[in-house]
Amino acid sequence: MDIKLRGVEPTDDERAAVDALLGAPSSSWELATVARARDASDLHVAHGGHAQRARRHLLLPALHAVQDRVGWISEGALDYICARLDVPPADAWGVATFYALFATAPRPKRVLHVCDDIACKCRGADALAAACEAQLGAPWHPPEGESVAHDPDALVWMRSPCLGLCDQAPAVLASEAGDPPRERLIGHATLASIVGECAWQEDDGASRLAIPQRGEPGLALLARVGVVDPESLDAYRASGGYEGLRRALELGADGVLRELAESGLVGRGGAAFPTARKWEAVARAAARPHYLVCNADESEPGTFKDRVLLEGDPFALVEAMTIAAVATGCEQGYVYVRGEYPLAQRRLERAIAQATAHGLLGDDVMGRGVRVHIEVRKGAGAYICGEETALFNSLEGLRGEPRSKPPFPVQAGLFGKPTVVNNVETLCNVPLILARGGAAFAQVGTPQSTGTKLYCVSGCVQHPGVYEAPFGITLRELLARAGGPLPGRTVRAVLVGGAAGSFVRGDELDVPLSIEGTRAAGTTVGSGVVMVVDDTVPLEPILARIAAFFRDESCGQCVPCRVGTVRQEEALHRLARDASPDARSRELAILADVGVAMRDASICGLGQTAYAAVESAIARLRLFETEPR
Amino acid sequence: MTSLPDLASPQAPLSPPVPLRRAVELTIDGRTVRVPEGSTLLDACTSAGVPVPTLCFLRTLHPVNACRLCVVEVEGARVLAPSCSRQVEAGMAVHTNSPRVRHARRLVLELLASSVDLSTTAEVDAWMDEYGCEPERFGAPVPAGDHEHRASPRPGHHAPTAPGGAATVEQPVAIDNDLYVRDYGKCILCYKCVEACGPDHQNTFAIAVAGRGFAAHVATEFDVPLPDSACVYCGNCIAVCPTGALMFKSEFDLREAGRWDEERQQVTDTICPYCGVGCTLRLHVQDGEIVKASSPLDHAVTLGNLCVKGRFGWRFVHGAPADGP
Repeated sequence: MDIKLRGVEPTDDERAAVDALLGAPSSSWELATVARARDASDLHVAHGGHAQRARRHLLLPALHAVQDRVGWISEGALDYICARLDVPPADAWGVATFYALFATAPRPKRVLHVCDDIACKCRGADALAAACEAQLGAPWHPPEGESVAHDPDALVWMRSPCLGLCDQAPAVLASEAGDPPRERLIGHATLASIVGECAWQEDDGASRLAIPQRGEPGLALLARVGVVDPESLDAYRASGGYEGLRRALELGADGVLRELAESGLVGRGGAAFPTARKWEAVARAAARPHYLVCNADESEPGTFKDRVLLEGDPFALVEAMTIAAVATGCEQGYVYVRGEYPLAQRRLERAIAQATAHGLLGDDVMGRGVRVHIEVRKGAGAYICGEETALFNSLEGLRGEPRSKPPFPVQAGLFGKPTVVNNVETLCNVPLILARGGAAFAQVGTPQSTGTKLYCVSGCVQHPGVYEAPFGITLRELLARAGGPLPGRTVRAVLVGGAAGSFVRGDELDVPLSIEGTRAAGTTVGSGVVMVVDDTVPLEPILARIAAFFRDESCGQCVPCRVGTVRQEEALHRLARDASPDARSRELAILADVGVAMRDASICGLGQTAYAAVESAIARLRLFETEPR
Repeated sequence: MTSLPDLASPQAPLSPPVPLRRAVELTIDGRTVRVPEGSTLLDACTSAGVPVPTLCFLRTLHPVNACRLCVVEVEGARVLAPSCSRQVEAGMAVHTNSPRVRHARRLVLELLASSVDLSTTAEVDAWMDEYGCEPERFGAPVPAGDHEHRASPRPGHHAPTAPGGAATVEQPVAIDNDLYVRDYGKCILCYKCVEACGPDHQNTFAIAVAGRGFAAHVATEFDVPLPDSACVYCGNCIAVCPTGALMFKSEFDLREAGRWDEERQQVTDTICPYCGVGCTLRLHVQDGEIVKASSPLDHAVTLGNLCVKGRFGWRFVHGAPADGP
C-alpha cells in the first residue's frame, strides 16, 4: 500500500519497543522517515504487499508495546508502527483512540486506575476517589495546548470501569510504563496502599486466590484454585490435569463432540448457547483454516470468575483449548485476555510455555501428530471487545466494533474463517466432562442447565467471592453461603447478570439460578453476577453509574446505542433532580422509548441490553414511584 | 449448474459465465415477492415498491448498517434486521411498517435530530413527519464536552451533559483548505466518507473513525488539518456524504451568503476534459457559474467518483486561475 506517513521520528525507546515485537526492519522502507540513506540494496527489496499487510493483526500488540514502554503513544511511535505494518496513520489513529488503556497524548508513566463501578461504589470507591483527588489532584486529562509541560515521572490517577476485583472492593489497577513495565491489581485499596512504593511490588495474587470455598470437597471448576500451584505443570498433572486431553485423543474428534453433546454444556459467557452445537458446526465447516478463540475479555461489571480461573488454574484453560482444537480441527488458538488482568496474562503465558516445552502443545501434541498453537493477546480497555465479533476485529488489529450477524462466527469469524469462540469458564468445564464423562456431568444441576456454575458474589455481603454451585441453587441459598447481608442490614435488591442483567427485589430471593429458572423469573444468569445492594446504599447513583458505563463503553457504531445511551443517562440525571409527577412520567416515557429502540435496533448485545438494568429498577424495584426521600 | 466454457474452442464466450441465481420467495407486508438469491431485504423491498428510508446506505458502497433507519421486522427474529445488509431467505415474513419498526425508525430519527444538525440532510424532514418525531423532548441542545478534545480523545470517559440539556456533536466548521469544508456538527457517522476514501473507492485512507461511543468521529491521524494528511482532494467523500457535513467550499460560501438556491441551478452532463478516461462530469450551474461538480452514481466508469481535477478544476471556465490544493 502506498501510504503517506507523517515523517516524524520515533524516540529510541519507542523504536526499541516496537522492534522487540516485530524484529528489526528488513530494509529502510520500513522506517517512518529515511533515517539512513537508501542504498543500492534497498532498491532491490519488494516492500509491502500481502506479507506486510498480513501482519496487521500485530497492530494492537505494537501499540501495547509502546504504551507499556513509554506510557503513551506519540506521533513518532504511531508513524513507526504504521511504517512497519503498512497501516495508514489515520487508520491506526482510529484504532489507538478506541481503547481506554492507550493514551494518545503525553501521560506520565505511573497511572492509578481507580475503579468507581457499581460493586466498588457499594464499598467505598467514591471516598477513595475523593482521597486520590485530595492527594494527587484532579483525574488525569489529556493536556490542552502544546505549552503544557509533561512530567513523565508524576503519579496520576483516573477513574476506571469495573476492574474485575469486586470481591476485594474497592479495586485499583496500578500501572507503570518502563522496561519491563510493572502492573498490579490492588484489592481492598486504601490511599496508603496505592500511592506508596508498595503499589508497585510483585503481584502473586495469593490474597485473591484465597477464595471462600478454597479446598472444600466436591468442587469441580474451583478444585485447584488456591490449593494447587498455578505455575507448576507437575502440580497440575499430579492433581488430575491432562486426563481430559488424554481421553480426547483416544476418543477422536467425533467422540469428543458426542461426550460434549451428552454433557449438555451451554456457554457461560451469558448467551447460554449449546457448546456442542457450536463446535460441531465448526468441525464440519468446509472452509479452512479453522480458528479457536477463548474469550477472556471478562468486563461485565461485577464479573471476576474468569480472572480467578486464569490466575488460579491456567493449565486447565490450556488443556481445554487443546481439546477444543482437536475436536474442531483448529491449529491456531488465541486467548484474548482483558488488559486489566496482568497476572492472568503472565500465568497463562507461562502455562503455555511449559505445556509446549513438555509436548502437550505445539507441532505434535502428546506425540499424536496433532498440531495446536495458542497465543495470548491482551485487550486494551474496551468492554465491547467481549462481544465475540468485536473481539475478532480487535484481534485483527481493527477497532473493536461488532459485526453484523449473520454470518455467525462458526461460518465466518476470525480472519473470515470458521471460528469456535468460547468463554473461559465454558472451556474449563471441558476437561472435566472428558475426564468424568458427559453423562456424569449432566447429572449435576438441572435437566436444562447442567453442571456447576461460578457465581460472582459481591457488594453488601459478608464474604464476597467466587462461589461454585450447581445450577438451580436459589439466590437465597447462595447468599447464605456468602454469609448473608452485612450485620444489621437487609438486602434491598440484587443485581443478577451484571450491568446487562437485571435487578431482583430482596423479597424475590427464591429465584432458582438456572438458565430456565431465571428466564421464567424475567431475569438472567448472564455471566454469573450476583451483586447485593442493601438498604444503606442509594440505588439512583448505582443506576446512573450503569448508564454512564454503557455510554462510555458503546463503540459508537450504531445510532440507537451511540446516542441512546447518552439520552438514557441524561434522563436518569433529570429524574434525580426533579421527581415531580410530571417530570417523572415524561422521563420514564423517554427511558422506555429509548430503551426499546436500543433493544430492538442496536447491532449487538451491548445496545440490546443497555436498558435492561434500568428497566428492571423501574419495573421490579419501582424505583421512581415513591416520592424522593 | 453452469458448466465452465471450453476455452480452447473457438466458440468460447469472451465474457465469464453469469452464475445462475435461484429465485427466493418471501413475503413483505403480506405480499409474496420473488427476488434472486443473495439479494438483500432492501433490494426485495425496492423491487416490490415498498419504500424504506436509508441514511448510511449507498449502492456503490459496502453496507455498514450503522444508522439502523432501514430496520425491518422479520417474523421469528428476536431483534429487528437491517434491510440494507440482511440477505433474503426463503420463506421469510418481513414487516416494514409494524409498530416495532415504526418505533425504532422514529427513535433513530429523533436521536439523530437531537444530536446532529440535519438542516442539509435530504428527505429527513419528510421522514420526521411520517414517523411523528419530537426530538426536542430530550432537552435543549448543548455541545458535548467530549467533542472539545477531539485531538486527544479519552475513550471510556465523558463529561456529564449540562443539567437539562441534550448532548450534541456541535463544533466549529473545519475550514483548512480552499476546496471543501468539514462541518462535523452535521456528521451522523454513516461511515460513507471513510469507505469512499478507503477500500471501497479511493484507497487513500486519509480519514478513519476515531474515538468511541458518542465521541466517535471522523478524523485524520492526530486530527491534523487536511493539507497535512494523506488527502488527495478527490472529493469522493463529499459525493457520498448524505448530510452536507462535507461540502464544496463554493457551496458552503454561497450558503453562508444566503445565495445558495438549488431551484435556480441547472445541471449539465459533459465529459471531463483532463484525461482519456472519459468520466462523466455533472456540472451544477447557478446564475451562469459552476458551483460544484459531481458524477452520476450509475455511471459505469466513475460510480460517482472523480479525481481532484474533475472535481475541483473547473474555475478556468470562468477565467479565474485554477485553485489547487
